[in-house]
Amino acid sequence: MGRYVVQRLGQMVPVVIGTTFLIYALVWALPGDPFAGKCGDRPCPENYVQRMTAAYNLDDPLPVQYVKYMGSLLTGDFGQTFTGASVADELLSRYPTTLKLTLLAIAVEVVVGIAAGVLAGIRRGGFLDNLVLVSTLVLVSVPVFVTGLLAQATFGVRLGWFPVTFDGTFFSLVLPAVVLGSLSLAFVARLTRANLVENLRADYVRTAIAKGLPRQRVVGVHTLRNSLIPVVTFVGADLGGLLGGAVVVEGIFNIPGVGDMIFRGINAHEGGTVTAAVTVLVLVFLIVNLLVDLLYAVLDPRIRHA
Amino acid sequence: MPVSRRTSVVLGAVALALTLGACGGGDDQSGAAADGGNTVSVRGCNPQNPFVPANTNEVCGGDVLDQIFSFLVSYNPETGAPENEIAADISSEDNLVWTITLEEGWTFHDGSPVTASSFVDAWNWAAFGGNATLNSYFFEPIQGYAEVQGELDTEGNYIDGSGPETMSGLEVVDERTFTVTLTQAESQFPMRLGYTSFAPLPQSFFDDPEAFGQHPIGTGPFQFDSWEPNIDIRISAYEDYNGEVKPSIDGAIYRIYENDDAAYNDLQADQLDIMPLLPTSALAGDTYKIDLGDRFVERTTGVLDTITFAPESKDPALADPDLRHAISMAINRDEIVDKIFSGARTPATGWVSPVVPGFQEGACGTFCQYDPVAAKALFDEAGGYDDTLTLAYNSDSDHKAWVDAACNYISTALEVPCVGQGEVDLATFRDKITNREMTGMFRTGWQMDYPAQENFLVPIFATGASANDGDYENPEFDTAVSEAATLDGDAAIAKYREAEAMLAERMPAIPLWHRVSIGGYSTHVENVNITVFQTVDLVSVRTTNG
Repeated sequence: MGRYVVQRLGQMVPVVIGTTFLIYALVWALPGDPFAGKCGDRPCPENYVQRMTAAYNLDDPLPVQYVKYMGSLLTGDFGQTFTGASVADELLSRYPTTLKLTLLAIAVEVVVGIAAGVLAGIRRGGFLDNLVLVSTLVLVSVPVFVTGLLAQATFGVRLGWFPVTFDGTFFSLVLPAVVLGSLSLAFVARLTRANLVENLRADYVRTAIAKGLPRQRVVGVHTLRNSLIPVVTFVGADLGGLLGGAVVVEGIFNIPGVGDMIFRGINAHEGGTVTAAVTVLVLVFLIVNLLVDLLYAVLDPRIRHA
Repeated sequence: MPVSRRTSVVLGAVALALTLGACGGGDDQSGAAADGGNTVSVRGCNPQNPFVPANTNEVCGGDVLDQIFSFLVSYNPETGAPENEIAADISSEDNLVWTITLEEGWTFHDGSPVTASSFVDAWNWAAFGGNATLNSYFFEPIQGYAEVQGELDTEGNYIDGSGPETMSGLEVVDERTFTVTLTQAESQFPMRLGYTSFAPLPQSFFDDPEAFGQHPIGTGPFQFDSWEPNIDIRISAYEDYNGEVKPSIDGAIYRIYENDDAAYNDLQADQLDIMPLLPTSALAGDTYKIDLGDRFVERTTGVLDTITFAPESKDPALADPDLRHAISMAINRDEIVDKIFSGARTPATGWVSPVVPGFQEGACGTFCQYDPVAAKALFDEAGGYDDTLTLAYNSDSDHKAWVDAACNYISTALEVPCVGQGEVDLATFRDKITNREMTGMFRTGWQMDYPAQENFLVPIFATGASANDGDYENPEFDTAVSEAATLDGDAAIAKYREAEAMLAERMPAIPLWHRVSIGGYSTHVENVNITVFQTVDLVSVRTTNG
């Protein structure tokens, strides 16, 4: 177990270096001088352009730039955005918001998704099953920005049940989280249902029923636990996706999160800002996936990590 | 100032139907009500630079700075004419050496008095090459500007001691008087003194510019309270404000939105009080009139959109003035303004904005009037155009619709293919223009720095000027504008008009339309006015419950 974890941690190093280099190179490789658009429709003063070029080492060859950048990153210096704000501060102020939003979305997706999946699975072909199938089909087929705008217009502007946009309170994150989690919720429900249905036919379930265990325990403990393995894999991978992919929902509800930061960083050609934000995302993604792999062993004792 | 700054309107989604008078289900903490009743919330955005006047050249930071600072002059909200604010008197015998006397009683928000040095030191700091400020070019007319730029080493860093740190043209006479010597006579010099860059700065700025950038201290009707990045910027009325009209509100909150449509939705739900620029989605089909009733304001602003021709040296094919006139006459400005901009533009008949004192109607003459038949005749006479006409624009802002429409008019009237050419973003687009890589035609925009005829002519069309993207060179024009600069009052206005009319002859740029700001407000506020700079006049705003 310990060896497995160390091995996995070791694998992360090349992945982190590779992804950050790619992203760093790609953002700075965007066409156009990043400082050409800073002064709108007129050229910026020469002094300013030269000062900024020097500050971001843009005169050096790309690998040298990257090494210099990573060097300062390793010493804890995340650099500055073009506006002069510290990237580290920006990350610290934005990650908690995105994390709250994502965790809330995951909670919605897990609780509602699994419940719906179980209800549909144990009464296969029944009314609830069909209801879940149809409603998840709708959620899957409607793009998230439509769901978001519709929810905002209906529950925010028209009915006034929720704040229209993010106002710093936890409550104002509820509606965005439901929207963000809705797509994955549909997948979770369907995954749970499919696995549950299949496992209910397994031999060990028949044995359990034959032994006279109550149905609740057969479904709730024996079957569900095994059925959750694919769901956990999905949710683990989804966490990373939601963290980075919340950009649309963050835009609609005006939530100052990481997706928004990356989006604006790319627009402004701010290689340093984007790389820093993405590096953290990559790390979170890798760690969550490691945790998911370790969780398998807990869910299914047959799986052992050497 | 360039267009993109104040006006990058992000296109968004569908505008939504009427809001019920509901107030956010009892969770109304963002509107005016929860904040003591007499404060208003305004749509804000993330400042792109620290709050230092010399380094702020975009709307997000500029809006806030303009509420925090008072300037030597302010602009009349109706006519745009400069009126003395901090200055008691600005005068000159020869338009070359200006003596500026300050009014008594002005203080910074930290209590320190506003003196002649507050201005002189601030301007010197902004112009000094070692500080590499974004707005340093505003001080170019002042004597000694070139010297303080100093020299840069090969890495682009300023070499310490390579030049003086103060401009020789600025001199403090006494506590409340200073003189400004210009490199050449300029009668409209006082007009520019109301621009953000010319703000006075307190001693605390020079002690720690970085701290100041996070918490600016000004002289204006409002003082800076707090700035929570990505959330809001709060300002409150300054008790000892020395201006004639004091604000009636206690303060304001600039709520930061990245997305116009999100802000508009809040406005509809009464959770945001003032939005100075409604999103395109709300303007389409006059949706905002259904959503807001009569709670909107319109204001023509000093932003002019033009089509510029690539420099002759780069693309000689369109150098013939007749071809340029034909293209201009082929575009139906009225239709485009009406159908595409839903009234958020007004057709241009010249190169100077109507918000400027001395504006003349029709400087462009018949060349800016839609006349497809005459255009075609002129076009054929000039020998036509064999290739495909291209009109380049930056596609990260909503230009595509009007570019396509304009091209469509051109190709219909002149029977020549015309295509819009989108560049991925403003940076790429401007890069190509600055490096003179652009051929054919491209869109250009000009947002005035201060309401003066000079500002619409000299920076754009004088030989070698910073925004002369088409490399227009006309010695007569240059002579006329520099002569106008030495004249006073009506004589200067007449001379500038003469210079403007010269542009019609070779038409370096086709005037299209001036922008009109359409802003909206909630039921919590009244008497909302938008300035010619597209900002909110917070001094005149009143709340309905306070």
